[in-house]
Amino acid sequence: MHLHDFWFVLIAFLWTGYFFLEGFDFGIGVLTKLLARDRRERRVLINTIGPVWDGNEVWLISAAGATFAAFPEWYATLFSGFYLPMLLILLCLIVRGVAFEYRHKRDEERWQTNWERAIFWTSLATPVLWGVIFGNMVRGVKIDADKNYVGSLLDLLNPYAILGGLAMLALFTFHGAVFASLKTVGPIRDRARVMASFLGMIAAGLALVFMVWTQIDKGDGKSLVALVVSAVALAVALVANMLGREGWSFAFSGLTIAALVVMLFLTLFPNVMPSSLNESWNLTVTNASSSPYTLKIMTWLTVFAAPLVMLYQAWTYWVFRKRIGTQHIADAH
Amino acid sequence: MELALAPETLARWQFGITTVYHFLFVPLTISLAALVAGLETAWVRTGKERYLKATKFWGKLFLINIAMGVVTGIVQEFQFGMNWSDYSRFVGDVFGAPLAFEALIAFFFESTFIGLWIFGWDKLPKKIHCFCIWMVSIGTILSTYFILAANSWMQHPTGYKLDKVTGRAELTDFWKVLTQDTTLVVVFHTLTAAFLAGGAFMVGIAAFHLMRKKHIKVMRTSLRLGLVTLVVAGLLTAVSGDLLGKVMFKQQPMKMASAEALWDGQAPAPFSVFAYGDVAKGHNTVEVEIPGLLSFLSHDDFSSYVPGINDVNKAEQEKFGPGDYRPNIPVAYWGFRWMIGFGMASFAMGVAGLWLTRKKFWLSQRLRTGDDEVPHLALTKDKALGDGLAKWAWRLAVVTIGFPLIASSWGWIFTEMGRQPWVVYGVLRTSDAVSPGVSQGEVITSMAVFTALYAILAVVEVKLLVKYVKAGPQELSESDLNPPTKIGGSDSDDADRPMAFSY
Repeated sequence: MHLHDFWFVLIAFLWTGYFFLEGFDFGIGVLTKLLARDRRERRVLINTIGPVWDGNEVWLISAAGATFAAFPEWYATLFSGFYLPMLLILLCLIVRGVAFEYRHKRDEERWQTNWERAIFWTSLATPVLWGVIFGNMVRGVKIDADKNYVGSLLDLLNPYAILGGLAMLALFTFHGAVFASLKTVGPIRDRARVMASFLGMIAAGLALVFMVWTQIDKGDGKSLVALVVSAVALAVALVANMLGREGWSFAFSGLTIAALVVMLFLTLFPNVMPSSLNESWNLTVTNASSSPYTLKIMTWLTVFAAPLVMLYQAWTYWVFRKRIGTQHIADAH
Repeated sequence: MELALAPETLARWQFGITTVYHFLFVPLTISLAALVAGLETAWVRTGKERYLKATKFWGKLFLINIAMGVVTGIVQEFQFGMNWSDYSRFVGDVFGAPLAFEALIAFFFESTFIGLWIFGWDKLPKKIHCFCIWMVSIGTILSTYFILAANSWMQHPTGYKLDKVTGRAELTDFWKVLTQDTTLVVVFHTLTAAFLAGGAFMVGIAAFHLMRKKHIKVMRTSLRLGLVTLVVAGLLTAVSGDLLGKVMFKQQPMKMASAEALWDGQAPAPFSVFAYGDVAKGHNTVEVEIPGLLSFLSHDDFSSYVPGINDVNKAEQEKFGPGDYRPNIPVAYWGFRWMIGFGMASFAMGVAGLWLTRKKFWLSQRLRTGDDEVPHLALTKDKALGDGLAKWAWRLAVVTIGFPLIASSWGWIFTEMGRQPWVVYGVLRTSDAVSPGVSQGEVITSMAVFTALYAILAVVEVKLLVKYVKAGPQELSESDLNPPTKIGGSDSDDADRPMAFSY
């Protein structure tokens, strides 16, 4: 296995980690409107991810940074090509991060309501945007001989990519609902389970169509396996949720997302960003990658750092393992 | 295309705005993390309540600040690809690695352990809780190191080769990138300057309360810690700045000649105190100088030759072909002066404050104060400042909060604009670095949106800081004083007890 192939796997791994982890963060954000009945319940939801959302988001920073280091051409084309979607993602992540930290810092009704709206809308928009970006990346966009994106914004808003966006949103919201049922106690926990069943059905519909479309368009044997794993995992997650096995349900809703991301990367390989204009202009693992020396250094870094990160992040989840309910939310803060 | 709206110009403005803004939060984050960690350690070791109160108070302000630092930092990472795709293609092989190191090592430390620290008051034994904030602090320092290694490579590219086939810079010696003198000295200078910011922040806010005779115990401790930080950091910033100057005289003579508006080489070279020049004609019309000082700053003696702007420009034209290799000289010149001026002013405030609030040294019995009294501002052994003057002294201390922030902003503007027209010195021009596929309209949109959002958030953030500053340290609760002894909190507790902290 070439180093650049190995690095393709690592980049896929970092993105998978990001969507698995921040996936339920986004879902929780959306559920603050769908599931919570009052402010106290909204706060219960927000506090289930309170200690961890920031660490989860670093998976994105790592994925982007590692892409820059390991595949500079990919990074350059991806971020400059999807300029406006990336801009919107940045705005969402800025507002969302500040909203979590600042919402409780003033008692005024308007202040809190505004930040809560911000949490909902930014958590809703970001998954859609990522879905649109990944959909287009897999489908292929207008890339010229100089590896620059030459299409327009409207080119990015095609049905396939939009379906990808909606599938991501539905999956993350389902994942978030399962997470909520796992981390809360009291009436909200039961309602989270009911809502998870409902959301899981929607997610199943959207994700299946998206994956089958991907498979027909670009798929091969390997991607079909990932598709089946994702679909089966979603079914298991739904059943486990109905049986009240929240831990299992969460593991499988996560696996659903992971397998879907893996499927997208499998259909990409050995391209990283195919060109819809001319196949010879495709960005591939070979023509987009860094030198072997840089990849070697990056490998050492990742082999050392990634397991350590997973270890102490897992420890964080263990420290905050207790379920929370409305009774745990203090009035004054 | 009109120059004012050229893609390069727009992308540079956006980078400048977002970076300077981001760096208002960075120095405070770096220094406050360490200072809060120090205060919490003091609490863990001595058990004195005022340390815990101080930890919680400064910790809260630290969190308001770091939130902004984190979210504006994401923009920085995306921006290289979005607005500078040709730069990213050209340097990614070298420049990307330190960025990835920063994310995978430093940011994960920071972000994971900050969550543990914020929510961990009733979940972690106090030693482990304290360990978490130290991890955050280490994260901030590692982050400083890696990102500055990347920046130093732009200032002084090393450990790479230009690959003929791929037409890009490729890494040959990562160790060299991490340990070249530019990196080491810049890290030293940036870290010390960061502590200047944290020291001034603490001093200013402590002064605000002491002037009103409120929260005296906590604020006396904070004032002292802030002043010592300010003085030590001020000294070290000057030392590191001098070292950095000497490195830059060697590596980027143009930047330093511009910083001095030294048009033609001189031996010995004078230090310019004030200059007003004619950029087109390449000379100054008015200048006030200290003879020989510039020779000393660049070479440690008072007689050495220092090349001027016109000399370096000619040399670079011979080396790189025809063109204008001069940066914006008024900006470099004044940026350099604002940086030094405001940095030194905050250091001077620290020295004055440490003297005026001294505890015993050369101080008569009458002017000594206890732990719970506001210190007299003693000018001499028997004489303190009068009420009016004292009030102004306290007020001045509050204003000092802004000085290091102004200084570091100008420091960055100076060092980045002083490197122009290069983005990677001597290797890649800024005009060759922008994204060719990104339209003028797109950059105008993003710049306008970032500027507007950042302006709104600035108001929100400052108002919030003021609110929490005014509220002062909170009284400690029973559970604050009795942290858990077991990780995760003890199970025997009342299971319905509210969390110590919740969003």
